[in-house]
Parts: sequence; structure tokens; C-alpha cells
Amino acid sequence: MKHYSVYSGGVAAELLISDHSHQELIPTSTIYLSMTRIIAATLLLWVAVVLPASANPKVLHAINRLSFGPTPGEIERVESIGVDNYIKEQLNPSTIPSSSILDNQLAQLSSLRLSSTELGAVYGATRKAAPTERPQLDLNTRKVADERNHAKLLRAIESPRQLEEVMTDFWYNHFNVATNKGISRIWVGNYEQTAIRPHVFGKFRDLLGATSRHPAMLYYLDNWQNTTPNPNPKAKNRGGINENYARELMELHTLGVKGGYTQKDVTSLAQIFTGWGYLPANTKKGTPFTFYFDPNRHDSSPKILLGKSITSTGTQEIEQALDMLAKNPATAKFISYKIAQRFVSDNPPAILVDRMKTRWLQTDGDIKAVMTTMLNSKEFWAPAAQSSKFKTPLEYVVSAARATGSNIEETKFLTGQLAGLGMPLYGCPTPDGYRNTREAWLNENSTIQRINFASHIASGRGLSRKPQPIDSIKLNRAIGPYLSANTKTAIAASKVGLHLTLMLGSPDFMYR
Amino acid sequence: MNRRHFLTCAGLSTLSAFAHNSWLGVNAAPNSNPRRLIVIFLRGAVDGLNVVVPYSDPNYYQYRPKIAIPKPGSPDGALDLDGRFGLHPAMAPLLPLWQQGSLAFVHASGLTKDVRSHFDAQYYMETGVPGSSRRQDGWLNRLLVETNNKSPLQAISLSANVPQILTGKMPVTSIGSIRQARNHQPIDRQEVSTAFDQVYSTSGTTLFRHYRAGYISRAKLLKDLETEMNIANNGAPLPTGFAAETRSLARLMVKDDRIQVAFLQLGGWDTHINQGNSKGLLARNLGELAKGLATLKQELGDLYEHTQIVVMSEFGRTARENGGGGTDHGQGNAMWLLGGATKGGKVYGQWPGLAPEQLHQGRDLNVTTDFREPIAKILTNHLGLNTASTAKILPKFTSGIDWSPIA
Repeated sequence: MKHYSVYSGGVAAELLISDHSHQELIPTSTIYLSMTRIIAATLLLWVAVVLPASANPKVLHAINRLSFGPTPGEIERVESIGVDNYIKEQLNPSTIPSSSILDNQLAQLSSLRLSSTELGAVYGATRKAAPTERPQLDLNTRKVADERNHAKLLRAIESPRQLEEVMTDFWYNHFNVATNKGISRIWVGNYEQTAIRPHVFGKFRDLLGATSRHPAMLYYLDNWQNTTPNPNPKAKNRGGINENYARELMELHTLGVKGGYTQKDVTSLAQIFTGWGYLPANTKKGTPFTFYFDPNRHDSSPKILLGKSITSTGTQEIEQALDMLAKNPATAKFISYKIAQRFVSDNPPAILVDRMKTRWLQTDGDIKAVMTTMLNSKEFWAPAAQSSKFKTPLEYVVSAARATGSNIEETKFLTGQLAGLGMPLYGCPTPDGYRNTREAWLNENSTIQRINFASHIASGRGLSRKPQPIDSIKLNRAIGPYLSANTKTAIAASKVGLHLTLMLGSPDFMYR
Repeated sequence: MNRRHFLTCAGLSTLSAFAHNSWLGVNAAPNSNPRRLIVIFLRGAVDGLNVVVPYSDPNYYQYRPKIAIPKPGSPDGALDLDGRFGLHPAMAPLLPLWQQGSLAFVHASGLTKDVRSHFDAQYYMETGVPGSSRRQDGWLNRLLVETNNKSPLQAISLSANVPQILTGKMPVTSIGSIRQARNHQPIDRQEVSTAFDQVYSTSGTTLFRHYRAGYISRAKLLKDLETEMNIANNGAPLPTGFAAETRSLARLMVKDDRIQVAFLQLGGWDTHINQGNSKGLLARNLGELAKGLATLKQELGDLYEHTQIVVMSEFGRTARENGGGGTDHGQGNAMWLLGGATKGGKVYGQWPGLAPEQLHQGRDLNVTTDFREPIAKILTNHLGLNTASTAKILPKFTSGIDWSPIA
């Protein structure tokens, strides 16, 4: 341990000093040696910070963009397997063994395994209960929220299938459902796991279909109410046509606001989607809180969508509409742009977006194929693109936790910080999701908040139940190679006790 | 430790290049516009019918057998305002302002859209663009764009996070509360800030500019707070709770003329059960609020003449009390206006009446004045903004009133 600590910075140097309480039995020469070691510890950290082993810039860039940031040892691992293999493995998460630590942690979160039906019952029980019983039942809904947030951060920090986590977050945000509206709040975790995660590298059409059928989305964008003005008398009229989902489906989920549709198309699509909902708590028609199409509330008159006649009826016409939207070139372009903005730059080159769009249309919206085109492009690897993306609060907070290499026991502090930084988990209030640009996140407050956060993490708090010193060797292995010469010089010139804070709060670490 | 020291000599030669940049705030010219705006948001929907009580409307007493405020003159009765309306007795500390003509209400005001979700209604009132589900800046932030004095302390929010109303392009200082703001943060340590100055000085202008502006705003705030703490209290007991916050806020604003806009929020108004009448839950909350506002007025001193204060809430509550001695989500509410520019001593707005057929959907006070009407008058008459600026702050809004509560 002593020998090891020689190579580390402030924290370990202090440990070394505390060892001196046992020094009575140590010969003078050893004391002398220890003193030298303290000095050496300081010097060696400088050397380590100032002169890290030069890493391949492509490796650094790939890790920054395909993951939530480097962990100690990841740079070396990617160098040894090669960047191409790293990309291939990350695009095929099932080929990467899962982390047993993470699996065990997730296994303890029992509410993660509740179905939408069971979750709906938890929520309903709280709503219907007598005031005296509410506090106990509120704990159940609280537990669902806490475990969902904990799982989200644990996966982002610890999963070796990093690109899967990045894309799960990306698509969740694209098909955003927020916790601010009624019963959908109880379902957001289930929605992410069952509707989003299985399809993040698959066909866009499958992802679209899964989000469209999940009760979280059906409630959040009101389609459960969407009813023909002339329903079958047997059906419950829920207030006529509701255009909310139809509009967002085109504007946000597929074509984009400039995607060439009109208000007439919104109205048509809303008519097409009448009766598309889920079963309520008390139903004889099947399992409560699961997808259900109610033909009695469906408008079966003929419709025209985007200039084409809808020929089929019932659920078939809805599937036909989703097919049309998923295949539309405007969708291919809109979503390619969004993916490129996440992975390449805030204003991705049009030529790259065009190439991705072409690939989309060739492959019938195969997400993995589109991403492969992007990751092989010279635009993705352009030196100007590297380290150009300002981290969102989620990206920053998770990257800091990852860089420490610490065992993550607690994520409540991180959850609170995300809210304080304006990006609460599952909390974007509007259906358009959080933005991913520097303009959206760089401001005076957040810079200072991030520095205060860095100091907190560097002091060994925030990730575990009791404070746990941060291993400066590990942190330096993860972050050191990303620091510019100027930053390294500035850090080296400052007090050793501040080195960890300065690395985590450095401008270099604000970007990816 | 001497904070002034580390403010003035932040220690880096590279800083000198930025020292004359007024953006950094330290050397910013004194604020030429003395006008201030303070917005207080009552989250949860306060029961406006028990704040500004329509005691002359017999329906009021019929609808609210348990929770009505008795007529003026009765025990625990309302404080008469104008022969039609009375003030909740817990708000007695504000009566002098009414009498002096700097307190007014706009009754039956609110969102003209039928929105019953707290979240949606607050969101619309804070964006100032009701009905839009797109992410919008807050109207207070758009106000900052129009009146930019290049200081991150131009707006201060007593909330943990930047609230929707202040979200947007312009920098805003948000502190959980003045009490919390006094807690030391790592960046307040000189060795930390000096080290970060070094690290950030090489990071290119955009990030460095934001870092410095944020840092200076924090340091300045701490310094102001330190001075504020040291002001002699003349033996008066220190106020507690909300009044302690408004007192500190007023002193900050008096001391630092770059603070043009302040935002405060209070919860606890969603009184579905046992809201009480002249006494009880709502009375206690209104009492706290009234005491805080009276303290704010007093501590602002001469600045009160140049300050406009608005108290608003997302919607009102049902005209009838419910089975639990409370009220449910309704529509029309009363907006409160205080300050030198207020043409006070008057309840503004067209009273829609409380007869069953006059109620919105048979249950709520109707909205006859869009909540943006008084705000628009504050922008033009109090803050002196032109039509173009006002249209940017309140897009898609056209005024429909020929009166103004703001001089």
C-alpha cells in the first residue's frame, strides 16, 4: 500500500503521513525514505498530470462519444482491442458480458420488475386510499421513483454496454414522457425498459410502434381519450377527437416540424388514431393498463394522409400510417440530423446528414446501419469535431462518477444535482425532450455549480454511504489524457489537495 | 477572510483583458433605470375568493357554509375594501398599503384557457404563452433580454433551481433561499477560486466568460449578504420565515442596484381539505405572506416607490366548498399589485358574479381579465418598455382593456 501510494496525489500522500503515527519502531533511514516518498508523491503526480502516456486521439474521441465517458483503464483497453473493434462491440451490446456488480445491484430493486399493470395498481391504490392510509401507500410510489432513478444512474455509470445506455437515453428523450402528468409518472421506467431499450439499435419502425402502444405515451399525449365524435353508443365517449398525439407524432417523433405536413394531416392522423388506447383499472376486456384498441370509439370513415388514401381500417390503418411516417424521407432526415447532433457536433455537416438519410432509406430505417455510416464518416473523426460537444448535466455528472472508478453505492446526491443543474431525470416537462447543444446548457450558474459538484465528488462524498477517498491514480488514468497542456500546467502549479477537484472541474472535462 | 480582496485582485494577469468587459459585472456602469420588479408566485392555487372576499354577493355565503369569511364588522370578519369586497383578516398588515393607495387587486383574472393541472397552468403563466406545449423561455427572462444591464445579478430567484419564469438566454442567479446562500460553497474558498481562475483562463473565451461571470455574481452576492447581516437591527427581533427572506431580499436590492428583477415562490395553497376560514390553514399562510410583504415594503424604503410587486397564482378554486372543508381546482383568481406605480385602493376587473349560471362550468369564478393584462401594463407603464419590446415578452397577446392598474 505504501509503495503504491507513492505514485498518487494528495489523498494518498495524506495517508502516508498518517502512517507516521506508527513510526517509533521504524529505523531513521526508513523515516528518511518516507519523507522522500512524500516529496516523490507530490512530484510524481505532477509528472503524471503533465506527462501522461500519449494516448491515441481516436481512442479518446471514440470513448467520449460512444460512452458516458472514460473509466480508469478504458483507454488502455480500447487501445489494445482497437477502435474498430470497440465500435463493433458497442453496436452489438449482447456480445459484451454484463457486469455482475451491476446485475446484483439491479436485482435488489424489486419495483423494476413490476409490469405496467402492477404499477398502475400501485398508483391507483394511492389515489383511492383514505387519507390515513395515504402516507404508507405514498411510500410505494416513492419507491418506484427512487428505484427507477437509481437504476438509470447505475446503468449509465457502470454498464459495460455503454452505447446501449447512451442510445436508450437518446431515444427516451426523443420519445419523451415526463413525470409531471398523472399516472404516466409511475410508468416512465417501465416505458424505458420495455418500449425503448429493446429497439435502440433495431428498426426505427419497431421503436415507433412500441412507444405508440405503451400506456405511458398513450396517457402522456392524451391519445387514450381520442374518440370519434360519433362513437358506438356502447362505448364511453371521452370527449371527441384529441389531436395531441397525432401532432407530436409527426412534429417530434417522425417528420419534424418542417416535414411537409399540414393541419389537415394532423386532423386525419388524429382520426386514424381514434380508439387507440389502453384498458382502464376496472375492465372485463383484458389486463388493465395494457394496450387496447377500442373499435367502438374508432372513426372508420375514409381518410387521406399526406396525400395518400388510407385504404385499410381499424388497427391496420394505424399500422399503415406508422409505416408511412417511418419510411418518409423527412423522418430519415430529421432523425439523422438529431443523431448526428448527439454524436458529431451541435451543427452537424449537411453532407453527413444526407449520407445517413440515404442509408436510412436503403435499410428501411435500420438504426445500427445509420449509426455505422456516421461512425465511419470523416466528419465524425474530424479533428474539429473532437472535444467539441459541451456535456449536458447528465453527461457531466455521470462522466465524473465513471472517472473516479469508485464503487457506486448511492445515487441520490447525483439525482439531486441533476435537478439543480436543470436536467432532472425523466423530468423534461415538454414532449420535445432535453436539448443536446452547448447553447442549451452553458450558463454562469451551471459552471459554478459544476465546480462545486466536482469539489464534492473529489472529497470522496456523493457516491457512497460514507465518504470514500477518491483514488487519484485511477482518476488520472481516466481523465489525464484528455487534459490540455495548459490545464495540466495550471493544475500542476496548484496545491496538491486541489488536483482532483481541478481535474473533474476542468474546462476539458466539461466537453466530450 | 476578506472577500473584497479576492474580488478586486482575482490574481491573474490574463484577467485584466476582461476587466473592462462590462459583462463581468464588477465594473458595470451603475444601473440607470431605477425601476424594479418583484414577482411572487403562490404555487398550488390560492383561494382568491377568500383573499379578496366578495362579501356583498349572497351566493358566496351560500356556497361556503364552513369556510366563508364573515362580513366586515362581524367577529373575525373581512376587512372592508370598497363596500363590495373585503380582505381576509389575516392580511391586516397590508391594510395600510391599501389606504395609502399602493395596493390593488385585479379580481376574476387568470388564464383564459380551461386548464386544471397545476403544472400546465403554472407553465403557461410562467412562459406567458398559454396553450403552447413547446419549450418556451420564461417571460421574466425575455424581460431581461429587453432591459439587459449586462450583470448576472440582474435577476435573482429565491428558489433551488431556475424556475420556468426565469428560464432563457439571460443569466439568472438562483439561490434556494437567502439563508442557504450564506452557506459556504467550495468556490468561495480563495484557493479554490484562484486555482480555477488559472485552469479556466486558458480555456477559450466562451467558457471562461461564463465561468468568470458566474463566479463574480456569486462572490458579489456573498459580499452583499455579509454586509446585510451586519446592519444594526436596532434591537428589533429578527423576522422569521418568509419575512426574514423578504427583509434580506429588500436590503440586497437597496444595496445592489443591479438587481432589477426578483422572483420568490411560496407553496402550501392547494387547500383541498380543512382550509379553515378566518382562522386555520389558509389564514396562517396568508398571515405569513402579508407579514413578509409588509416587511418587504418597509425594508425597501424609498426604493418601494420605484418597485412593482406582483403576487400571482396559477388558478383559483371552486366557488363552493367541498365535503372536506376545502376547495378544489377552479379558474378565476385575484392578482395582487403593490408598489409605487400601483394605482391602489381599488379592486379592478369586471366582476362576473357568483350566481350558478355566471360560474364557469357551473363551478368556478369566470376569468374576465387575462393575467397578461396587468403584466403588460407593468412592462409599458412601470418599466417604460415600448410596444416592440412588450410584444417580444408577451408574444401572441393583444390587450383588450381600456383601464390600467399601473400608473
